Amino acid sequence: MQYLLMVYANEREMAALGEAALSAMSQEYAEFTKSIVQAGNFKAGDRLRPVSTASTVRLRNGKVVITDGPFAETREQLGGYYLVEAKNLDEALALAARIPGARHGSIEVRPIWVLGQQ
Amino acid sequence: MNPPEAPLQAAVDARIAEVFSREAGRVLATLIRLLGDFDLAEEARQEAFAAALERWPLRGVPDNPSAWLIHVGRNKGIDRIRRHAVYRDVILREAASIGCEAVQGDEPDGAEVFGDDRLRLIFTCCHPALSPEARIALTLREVCGLTLQAVARAFLVHEDAMAQRLVRAKRKIRDAGIPYQTPDPSMFDERIDGVLSVIYAVFTEGYAATAGGELTDEGLCREAIRLGRLLDALLPGNAAVLGLVALMLLHDARRPARVSGSGNVVLLDEQDRTLWDRSQIAEGLELVERSLRSPAHVSRFAVEAAIAALHVQAADKSLTDWPQIVGLYEVLLRLHPTPVVELNHAAAVSMVDGPERALALVESIRARGEVSDYHLLHATRGKLLARLGRRSEALEAYRAALDGAKLDPERRFLGERIAELTEDGGGPNPAIRSDEVSAKLGGTRP
Repeated sequence: MQYLLMVYANEREMAALGEAALSAMSQEYAEFTKSIVQAGNFKAGDRLRPVSTASTVRLRNGKVVITDGPFAETREQLGGYYLVEAKNLDEALALAARIPGARHGSIEVRPIWVLGQQ
Repeated sequence: MNPPEAPLQAAVDARIAEVFSREAGRVLATLIRLLGDFDLAEEARQEAFAAALERWPLRGVPDNPSAWLIHVGRNKGIDRIRRHAVYRDVILREAASIGCEAVQGDEPDGAEVFGDDRLRLIFTCCHPALSPEARIALTLREVCGLTLQAVARAFLVHEDAMAQRLVRAKRKIRDAGIPYQTPDPSMFDERIDGVLSVIYAVFTEGYAATAGGELTDEGLCREAIRLGRLLDALLPGNAAVLGLVALMLLHDARRPARVSGSGNVVLLDEQDRTLWDRSQIAEGLELVERSLRSPAHVSRFAVEAAIAALHVQAADKSLTDWPQIVGLYEVLLRLHPTPVVELNHAAAVSMVDGPERALALVESIRARGEVSDYHLLHATRGKLLARLGRRSEALEAYRAALDGAKLDPERRFLGERIAELTEDGGGPNPAIRSDEVSAKLGGTRP
């Protein structure tokens, strides 16, 4: 099965971490990503720019409405994701627990709904 | 073949009924593994039982009835998959695994294969990715085999709502890919703790129902103890499992003395100790000892069981070993730091160091505000204040407790305390004796 692991963190707290801590964390992310590529779990994964760069689009009465900012204001913001292949939820949860961001933020694990499946 | 004579017929019917009730759980657990779907497995089991009712009276009960039921159930299930388009994607996904595992299912190795499947079922129903309510409901329905009506009644939930809860939980198991397996060794201890918490929640719901006119629900207590024993049979020697079974037996042994003839709460120190179930206590004590024998794996349930053991071992309430109980609560606070454990610790401290020190502990729990609406916090506070002669504050605390109490017997008990304090001229009230208030009022709830 495929799962989307969404990495949520508080952007303000992350920004306050300081140069050294941030570079240590990028290093950890690089190692984690490398390890799940080698293990065959990795399908895709990227970091996202902060919500200050987000735009939200809606179509209302046939008209495109564009607003500045994210879909919802939350305490923690989506900051990145991994798309992984795992044999079941337990394996996906174990991968999620190894994401460096799990230590201060939260990882939401969602199964991919394959097109055409019940 | 001629139909059997009437007496023989009755004997066969009785045997069939006995086989069904004994094998229902194992057959379901194995069919879920073979068919890969809870609902399909339940339907297949129904069909297998129906087939047995037709055939066994004529040909006799087979030597290995559960293997027969599983074999027939699996075939019925596969027929169903072929018939129903709904299951078509299940076929596509599971075809390979049904094919290879079915071979295993044709010749079950007896207890071991079934045991593994029942363990798989328990771990799946208690998976942490399900909500706590869903875990309890699924366990009672799928592992214990309780009817939907019984599960709904146990938790005072409407049947439709309970049915919905079960449907949603099973859908999550399927759609999120919750595995039907015992967890990897790396997560085993964590997951077993989760399973034990579910069983203990069933027990405490029975021991001190959270709402309604009755204080206890015997059926739920028995179910929880039976689940604990099943888990002990499947995981022999597991210290945490032993501790939980001991804890439940020791609490349950006191159940006959906890409620008076008029349905009122009877406090631990006022209970008629001759009503306690001695054989259950003896078994509980033996299990506590076995559980504590491996000090590397002390579980919170074993420590709680040891506390319960000290209570029941005292021939008289005045002989209770309070200093050791305080010590055990301090161990428990390290293993399982919750406000309820802190509250029970404070109540025990009051028996060793007096109400003043205990009240300071209770006030610090209250100041944190996490459990400020918990009625046992106020009841404990009221009792300590009454012992210190602070009558008006005690009254206020008991009234706050009454506001939060939902059970009728508890409400009557608190009403009596308030009446005593109102009539009384003040000063320490002899009718309010010190003891472990929260344990007496509500059991040691997790």
